Formats: sequence, structure tokens, C-alpha cells
Amino acid sequence: MRNMVALETRGLCKSFGALTVADRVDFRLEAGVRHALIGPNGAGKTTLVNMITGRLAPSAGQVLLAGEDVTRLSQAARVKRGLGRTFQINTLFGDMTVLDNVALGVAERDGVGGRFWRPAGAHAQVRAEALELLATFGLEDDARRRVFDLPYGKQRLVEIAIALGLKPTVLLLDEPAAGVPSLESHRILGALERLPANIAVLIIEHDMDLVFRFAQRITVLVQGEVLCEGAPAEIADDPRVRRVYLGERHG
Amino acid sequence: MKRSAGYGADPRIRWTEWLPWLAALAAFFLLPEYLSLGARILTYILFALSLDLILGYAGIVTLGHSAFFGVGAYTAGILAAKLRLNDPIVLLVAAACTAAVLGITTGAVILRTRGLTQLMLTLAIAAVCLEIANKATPLTGGADGLSGVTIAPILGLFRFDLFGKTAYLWCLLMLFSIWWLVRRLICSPFGATLTGIRENPVRMHAIGAPVYRRLLTVYTLAATIAGVAGALLTQTNQFVGLNVLGFEPSGELLVMLVLGGVGRLYGAFVGPLVYLIAQDVLAKQFPQYWYLGIGLILVLVVLFARGGLLGIADALVARLRRVGPDAPRAGAPRPL
Repeated sequence: MRNMVALETRGLCKSFGALTVADRVDFRLEAGVRHALIGPNGAGKTTLVNMITGRLAPSAGQVLLAGEDVTRLSQAARVKRGLGRTFQINTLFGDMTVLDNVALGVAERDGVGGRFWRPAGAHAQVRAEALELLATFGLEDDARRRVFDLPYGKQRLVEIAIALGLKPTVLLLDEPAAGVPSLESHRILGALERLPANIAVLIIEHDMDLVFRFAQRITVLVQGEVLCEGAPAEIADDPRVRRVYLGERHG
Repeated sequence: MKRSAGYGADPRIRWTEWLPWLAALAAFFLLPEYLSLGARILTYILFALSLDLILGYAGIVTLGHSAFFGVGAYTAGILAAKLRLNDPIVLLVAAACTAAVLGITTGAVILRTRGLTQLMLTLAIAAVCLEIANKATPLTGGADGLSGVTIAPILGLFRFDLFGKTAYLWCLLMLFSIWWLVRRLICSPFGATLTGIRENPVRMHAIGAPVYRRLLTVYTLAATIAGVAGALLTQTNQFVGLNVLGFEPSGELLVMLVLGGVGRLYGAFVGPLVYLIAQDVLAKQFPQYWYLGIGLILVLVVLFARGGLLGIADALVARLRRVGPDAPRAGAPRPL
């Protein structure tokens, strides 16, 4: 199954008026690979993720999931085809319990989210799966707490857990460690390292230590264009990358 | 009620949830001279319940909910007065259908928008409905209202009487049945979805939920219930006036729900009860200034009790539990 393309963009463009935030982005994410997308602020990384998930319509170009063109499909239809994502800024169901946050996604994936007769509490399978998932993140004791009452670092973990509950084949992580104090970021890294191996992961991250420990491939995006792509060692040695992005840290 | 909904909750009906029904039955026997007011309160509770479903649970802010109430009321009224269709059950079904059709067609438009745009659109729909009822005099009686509404006995057996006995029990029965359905809905996965959409529509999309379809479903359902409430009002009053349509009844309903507590199911019970009794009492005492009293109550609730009267009750219960005899005292070792 190696070298199968799980996600691909072809000539993806997005402009807001005169401002071009994505310029003919060709990008391939292979099945089961950990791939990082890096670039300076405003390079268009989140815009790219939003176009891949269908939250933003591209001005031109195509998005393909497992070789199938999904450019015209809704967000929900792409999720059904195995695309999961997390958000740079916590996007949780604030006034609900941690368990419900994850269970909502599990129920949607199981196709029971629209059921209106049997009580949610009677869907033991959904609950069991959500609790099991929470346990892998060490959140089982927080299951019944209101999610906004959790410390920020744990909320970041719930953010990932919700996406994993969808059992995605492609997972887009938008700065999973954003805002987490560096002392706690090892927890996020730990969670990332425990992600199922068969999932193709695209991670956007500014924390270069995390990127170079986690990623097998790296794509550098600058001003909406792909500057280069390669293995971490190649990227670290690329003089263009060093100039625009890395500075002297990995030089 | 929050404890009954969701995947980690026990959905069984708690004993406290039977109290309103016991109280309503007790009122029937103990307060026979207030049954007309009682029927009106029950009708508004049903109306408020339908608003809570979309506002409190799904987070759709609307000032046009009276459109469905009014359309239900006029459907029942026109059928009874002009077409001599007097059977109360047929009238309820007919009102439910017209309100549902209006709900699904207007919902299909307004649910594509959000926030202020949505609010203004709902207001526009309510205003248009009011104006149609105002102008279509041959059908609705216009500003004079629709009189000549006669309602046949329920199942041919129970005649609507002057004291409101039948009307009260009929409204109570309808409210009870619909409450039971709504409660089931809220406790279901669908209900959890609605809360999810209210809390974060962006994330609901990202977990693959058909957000628009779910909203349209619940909006249509709430419209249907509001239509039934409108028809009940027609049957109780045997008259329909323009005051069931437009901004005013929508705003009034919103005030009732906020007063009781939004998104709690039983806020829709407490709000209309307190509001309509206060209105009744204050209007007798101070015919010109009674609105001031209602206004003061609302200002106090918004300032000090954002969860409404039920929110205050919750806070009191929580405080009592904390200082109760079995609560661990400060400094005492906590049992594990």
C-alpha cells in the first residue's frame, strides 16, 4: 500500500481580490506518511487546508482523495471519504462534556447522528468507542467534565481526539501544539506519535523541533507557492529554505 | 435537563419532571375560576417549547416565530368560520400542516444565513404574514379579527365550555404529548447534534454532519408545534385577532423564554407561567403601567440571572448541596 496517494491537489489557486493566497499548489500526500507543511506566517497554509476540506472553494484547481476528484463535494461528503481535520484555534463544543465532544463525531461516522428516537445515552457502542479513544489520550477521567473547564493543553488533545473519532485515512493537523506551553508540548508530540500508522498525516506546525522529530517529508510553502519538498534532511540543508524560513537554527 | 441529554447521560424521566404535570392537574381541581387563563398559559408553554427547540438547542435566533403560531391560529379559525370544518382534531392537523409548509419553505432560505441577517429575515417573514392577514379581510376579518369560529366537541363528546374546563384539559393533553416527543428528541443523538451546531457549527461541518439538513428538520418541527399552539389558542378563544402575528408576539415569547431560562426545556414552562400570571395580576392593579413590571423583571433576570429563573433555581440547589449535612467541610479529609 506504500506510495499510494491518499490526498492530492492539482494546480490549486485561491485569490481574495488582488491577493493571491494559493498559487498553483501541487501537493501529494502518500498513504500512511507523516508529512509536514511549513512556511512563514501568511504563507497560505491554513487556506490550503480549508480548500482541501471544502470549507473554502478554490478559484481553480482540483482536490483528489484516494485518486477521486472531490473538488465539488461538500465538507460532510469529504469527511465520509476519510478526511479528518483539527483546527489551529480550538474549535470545540464548549458547553458540552468531553465525552459528547468526541461522541458526536463517532456517531456521525457511524451514521447514527440523525437518529431522533432512541436516547443518545442508550447508544452504548458510541459511548464505549468515545471513552476508549479518550483513554488513549489519557483523558478518561475528564470525560464528564465540560470541555471548556479543561486546561488548554488538554483541550488541544480533545481537538485531535474528535478528528480521530472519525477514523480518517487522511488527517490534517493545523498547528496542534499552537498555544501550548513548551513544557506541555511533549504531551501533544506523544499523542501524535501514537496516531495509527495507517493514517496519512499532514501537519502544519511552527515548532521546528516538533516538525523534524515527527515528519517523514516536508513541504515548504511561501506566499502561496510551493518552494520545495523533500525529506527533513534535504529541507534543513536547502539554502532557499534557510533564507526564507529557518534562519540559523538548523543551519 | 442538561443531565438527561448527551451520550453520557441517563435519559430516564426524573421524579421532579413529573411535578409540573401534577401541579397542572391540581390547578384544574383547585382553581376552577382560572381555567381560561390556565389554558392560555398551557398554549404559550407549548409555543415557548417550540422556540426553545430552535433557539435554546439549535441556536437559531428568531424574531419571526409568531408567523407559525399565527398561521396555525388563522388556519384553524378560517377552516372553522368559513368552511364549517369544526372538528378540533382535524383543525389541529390542518394547522400543523400549513405551519410545517411555511416552516420548511422559509427555513430553506433563512437557514442559509447566520446572525444578524438571519434575525432580520425572520422579522421580515413575521411582518409579511401580519400584513397579509391584515389585508386579506374577506378571509381573516382584517383588523376586526375573525369571529364566528365555532368548535365542535372533541371526538363528539367533550364540548368547549364557558369556564374553560375542556379547553384546559385539551391543551394539557396536547402539551403533555408534545413535551414527551420533544424530550425524546432532545435526549437523542439528533438532539445532541443540535446542541453541537449551537456550540460550534464549524466543527459540526468538520465532523461530517449535514448541518443544514438538521437545522431545516428542527426548524420545520418547531414551526409545526407553534402551528398547533396557534390552533389551540383559536379553539380556546373561538376568535383570532391580528395580535397573534408580527413582531410583538414573537418578542413577547422571547421574553417569556429568557425569563424562564433558554435551552433547559423547562424554562419554557416557567417563563410563560410567571409572565402571564404577572401580566394578569399587574394589568388588574395597574392597567396603564403593567408593562413596567414585566420590564423590571426582565432587566433583573438579564442582569443577575443569565440562565433565567431556572438558572437561579439551579444555583440555589447547588449551593444547598454544598452546605448540606453530607457535604465535606473545609479542612476535613475528603473521602476517596
